[in-house]
Amino acid sequence: MDIQLLTYLFVGGSFVLYIAIAIASRVGSTKEFYVAGGGVSPIANGAATAADWMSAASFISMAGIIAYSGYDASVYLMGWTGGYVLLAMLLAPYLRKFGKFTVPDFIGDRYYSNVARTVAVICVIFVSFTYVAGQMRGTGIVFARFLEVDVDIGVAIGMVIVFFYAVLGGMKGITYTQVAQYCVLIFAFTVPAIFLSIMMTGHILPQTGFGATLLDAAGNDTGVFLLTRLDQLVTELGFSAYTSGTKSTIDVFFITAALMCGTAGLPHVIVRFFTVPRVRDARVSAGWALFFIAILYTSAPAVGAFARVNLIDTVDNTAYESLPQWFRNWENSGLIAWTDKNADGEVQMSAGDPFKGAPVYTGERGSHGERLLSNAPTDNPGEVYIDRDIIVLANPEIGNLPAWVVALVAAGGVAAALSTAAGLLLVISSAISHDLLKKQLKPDISEKGELLAARIAAAVAIVIAGYFGINPPGFVAQVVAFAFGLAASSFFPVILMGIFYKRMNKEGAIAGMLVGLIFTFSYIVYFKFVAPEMNTPEHWWFGVSPEGIGTLGMIFNFVVSLVVCRFTAPPPAEIQQIVEEIRVPRGAGAAVDH
Amino acid sequence: MKGKSRQDYWKANVRLIATLLVVWFIVSYGFGVLLVEPLNAIHFFGFKLGFWFAQQGAIYAFLVLIVVYAWAMNRLDREYDVEEQ
Repeated sequence: MDIQLLTYLFVGGSFVLYIAIAIASRVGSTKEFYVAGGGVSPIANGAATAADWMSAASFISMAGIIAYSGYDASVYLMGWTGGYVLLAMLLAPYLRKFGKFTVPDFIGDRYYSNVARTVAVICVIFVSFTYVAGQMRGTGIVFARFLEVDVDIGVAIGMVIVFFYAVLGGMKGITYTQVAQYCVLIFAFTVPAIFLSIMMTGHILPQTGFGATLLDAAGNDTGVFLLTRLDQLVTELGFSAYTSGTKSTIDVFFITAALMCGTAGLPHVIVRFFTVPRVRDARVSAGWALFFIAILYTSAPAVGAFARVNLIDTVDNTAYESLPQWFRNWENSGLIAWTDKNADGEVQMSAGDPFKGAPVYTGERGSHGERLLSNAPTDNPGEVYIDRDIIVLANPEIGNLPAWVVALVAAGGVAAALSTAAGLLLVISSAISHDLLKKQLKPDISEKGELLAARIAAAVAIVIAGYFGINPPGFVAQVVAFAFGLAASSFFPVILMGIFYKRMNKEGAIAGMLVGLIFTFSYIVYFKFVAPEMNTPEHWWFGVSPEGIGTLGMIFNFVVSLVVCRFTAPPPAEIQQIVEEIRVPRGAGAAVDH
Repeated sequence: MKGKSRQDYWKANVRLIATLLVVWFIVSYGFGVLLVEPLNAIHFFGFKLGFWFAQQGAIYAFLVLIVVYAWAMNRLDREYDVEEQ
């Protein structure tokens, strides 16, 4: 069977599965809609959290980023997993004991203030929409390449599928769909990784193949370690060594901290821990989530290293005509470009950009059949532009793997993007229907009315997300730092102090949130939009990039809250009693609407 | 349950979390970031040790930390008689 047909079969088959699950788990109450009835097993919740968390960025982009930045990409590996330790020990069990529906719900109740609740709702909506726009785009790109439909049509198909199971099944539908999506995406990621590992090192596990010696074409051990070879290859091309970084230590430190605390503060991750039956399940479930995530996160650096070696060996100094088919496929998709600067008909790689900006094709073909570009060349010898996002998607083709593996990766990419999009859309819809409508604007709304409102909010959010997917604002890639920076500088400290510091009051919490939020927001906006030409280490405060500034915002948040709360009245006795209560597991009932 | 033992439970809980978070800090920020250069001089299978911690080792350690935490907390819950029924 050809790749096209297999891809339709795999992607179509996975959609049938998701919709069948949605129909089987449709909901009739707000409790089921918001927290899946609170009866999800910790292992299922762990798998759902993993799918919720691992987005198109983890699945499609991360291995590519690692392949190109080597040690520097460790900030993502440590940052996006280390946050689960914080979540498991500092937040999840206590929030589960508290037993409400949403993150703004906790903040509004713990700080006895609708102002705090509203600030939290605004943060939730902003963080989630930033994220979801990228997911819808990711779905569209996967469809465009593998199903050969327009990106916009791809986005529309994704919208219809998410619409079906998020609106119908709410959290319950999403949970079980995400478990299925986790299975699809992890299978799709590890199968090619194992194939590549066996081919290049003879090791079945990519995790150990990463540190092993390379095999030659005949399958004999060359005695050269993969990472040694990689360091040598990239330094010859003028890059810095793969295993050492280019970022300053302070910046690596701050970015890692922002990603860790941001992960622990992201509302769509936190809310998943409201769905398990007991406090002890929340602790265990965080362990399962990290276990499921670690399978992908420990394979990804190996995949990145394999792909980089493979790519350089296959492409560098090879005549364009003798390159494998995948090179032309991706060139036709606009994600690879080649400009023959020295007119020798061969492709040369080098550090630095081959030409200025993203490729702009003239629509004509050159003498070798390559797509001609109108970009101005740079003065380094490099001739080839390769979009980092293709590393995972093209890996099976680069490694000459069977057609069904290529089709599987397509289904995995779609699963990763859809599961995260659905989780985020649900968080947006519950913030609106529960925290704005039920808690503030219309407290006497009936259960049925609130459920209807939640469904309408979810539907509207999908349409807006789809709009951003079809007309991506140019700044989507620029503002990813926002999501983590804002979660780290706003949510993480207020939730943490809400549990561990009984004396923290609403004045302190609101002041801290606003300071953290405004500082982080202004710093990122200044360097990303107002003065992008200033976005270099010598202009940054203490050498901290906008990606890592959320950590500083978080420190400001802590300091301001602690100072303000010292000069204002302590929280009322009943609030202090609530804090006492959430610290012990006994008495945790189901999540309740009070 | 008496007030005192509830206080003690919370203290034991905070002590456990603090200990585990020290390990968390050492394996990631310590070995993977601050000490990465000196550790890279040590070779560990085919890896430079600092690089290994940053890309693999820290993740394994995180997983072990959560497992230890969940196990120790279950024990603590029983010891202070605050577990869910």
